[in-house]
Amino acid sequence: MAALEDTRVESTDRPVLELEDIGKSYGNVNALRGVNISVRQGEVTCVLGDNGAGKSTLIKIIAGLHEYTEGTMKVGGVIRQFNSPRAAQSLGIATVYQDLALAPLMAVWRNFFLGNEVRKGPFLDIETMKRVAGEELTKMGIVIPDLDRPVGSLSGGQRQCIAIARAIYFGAKVVILDEPTAALGVKQSGVVLKYIVAARDAGLGVIFITHNPHHAYLVGNHFVILKLGRVALDAHRDELTLEQLTGEMAGGQELDELSHELSAADPGKVAPAHEVAHGGVPAPGLGDDERDGAEPGDDAPRRTE
Amino acid sequence: MATVTATPADDRVGTRSTLSTVLARPEVGALIGAIAVATLFLAVAPAFRSVGNIGTILYGSSTIGIMAVAVAMLMIGGEFDLSAGVAVTTSGLAAAHTAWWFGLNVWAGVFIALLISLAIGAFNGFLLHKTGLPSFLVTLGTFFVLQGVNLAMTRLITGGVSSNSLRDLDGFDSAKAVFAADFSLGPVNVKIPVVYWVVFTVIAAVLLLRSRYGNWIFAVGGDSAAARAVGVPVVATKIALFMGVGLAAWLLGMHLLFQFNNLQSGQGIGNEFIYIIAAVIGGCLLTGGYGSVVGASVGALIFGMTQLGITYAGWNPDWFRTFLGVMLIASVLVNMFVKRKAEG
Repeated sequence: MAALEDTRVESTDRPVLELEDIGKSYGNVNALRGVNISVRQGEVTCVLGDNGAGKSTLIKIIAGLHEYTEGTMKVGGVIRQFNSPRAAQSLGIATVYQDLALAPLMAVWRNFFLGNEVRKGPFLDIETMKRVAGEELTKMGIVIPDLDRPVGSLSGGQRQCIAIARAIYFGAKVVILDEPTAALGVKQSGVVLKYIVAARDAGLGVIFITHNPHHAYLVGNHFVILKLGRVALDAHRDELTLEQLTGEMAGGQELDELSHELSAADPGKVAPAHEVAHGGVPAPGLGDDERDGAEPGDDAPRRTE
Repeated sequence: MATVTATPADDRVGTRSTLSTVLARPEVGALIGAIAVATLFLAVAPAFRSVGNIGTILYGSSTIGIMAVAVAMLMIGGEFDLSAGVAVTTSGLAAAHTAWWFGLNVWAGVFIALLISLAIGAFNGFLLHKTGLPSFLVTLGTFFVLQGVNLAMTRLITGGVSSNSLRDLDGFDSAKAVFAADFSLGPVNVKIPVVYWVVFTVIAAVLLLRSRYGNWIFAVGGDSAAARAVGVPVVATKIALFMGVGLAAWLLGMHLLFQFNNLQSGQGIGNEFIYIIAAVIGGCLLTGGYGSVVGASVGALIFGMTQLGITYAGWNPDWFRTFLGVMLIASVLVNMFVKRKAEG
């Protein structure tokens, strides 16, 4: 159903990150099997999938939290197996996790530079760090007047922003965004999508993990749908419409069958209100002494009995 | 990255006033408590007002403060050490026993004790990492192990419950001069641990707030998964914090040993809670990621003032612990209240 290999030559430069037949098994559970993905700089690669499709496993492999058990991963053409997040970072792969990896009680600037602190001699160069953090956040379009404020007191969108700005600032070639819009409202999601475009224009390879095809289609160059640990679709933007993507994401064939089944159930119908007789176990109800205060409509018929 | 136009600042997030910024500091609750306690005893205990007693109060505070600072660092890093109280005794006994048994220079014993104390800390941290158990359980185990070792080794070596005198061994005088000296500062007699306490607090505060390692401590305590994800060496940071407690235990253990010339093997039990309470009064959260070593030192000062204040006021000293319990609850409530005010 889907083109398994994208053979079209898009850009002359080779992919910065290539996964070939990547697989990961935990004991006898194959969380991921035979996944092929190429990430190019200046492109947004969207990875879509339902819950449990293997998205998290895939990110964790690229981010260096898990080691893959099958296939090969090439970064800049060299085969790599990361054994720590630091190893991935050192090769320019930064990950913005769903939980953002921000310490909630720490100040914005401390979080921004966490793990990459700027020092003047043995001590922290607080002035520089505050200034740079402020500048980078302004570049991303958010203004936080008080950088000493704990990150936990900021909004979800602002936190997402800090995490993305941090990843970009520390020289990432590839940024993985793990469901950045999942917990956000419409407006905040829009803000995050703008940053994704900004990151692409800055020449980064963006891997955008999501289960929202609408968000993906707004920014994506390339789409990969995972299903039960396998690639179910791998297509370039030109080969795909939003309807197709949404359909694939919603289950494609399965959705057709489901809609056929449901059509017999007459979706437009409004069923008349009806009291359903309960089974052998009585439903919890109010005691007699509580009943007086209850809503009159609730059990009025019973009272007349 | 020119495509992004700056969205206007979210007007819901305003700048905070200077007052609320000051109030939001973790050590504020402890400072308020210290002023309250000082005022109380200045009012009811005439002896408390004498300048000469400042030295005594500071000395009492320092024996708690040296440990409270290290324990506070550990708590900010998200862990507990219930073995901190007996570890002090273990360190002192290790120095006394090794020097006496082998007839070594006292300094050799002091050095061995340092190694043992650091090793106990490292072991706690390592066990925590390897087993994944909460530090409460791991160090509860160490607490009992050390308690038994203190009693059994002392019985084995001296046949009693206290270490033998080191007075006749080489190096005793110089060690006493380093760990248990005192000097006069005007009318105030200052015992050397007070100096160590202040130095320790300053170093810890600088380390915590001005060094990269301090940033890591806050991060591993606040969210260790996040810290790991951005490349902070979480395990090494935590092990170092436990070793810091070991270092403090060694310093205090050496002071007690050379101050009193011998140590009781059952000493130190229960003190771990005093250190934790001082840290909590100082603004440390039990859940980690937040706190202050200066606050912990002020917490220790509250202890020192209370301990002597009760005696000076002529009250029954049996009430000391009750008073501390009340102080603990009150200061935590004040901390919470102040923080909510500052953030709201």
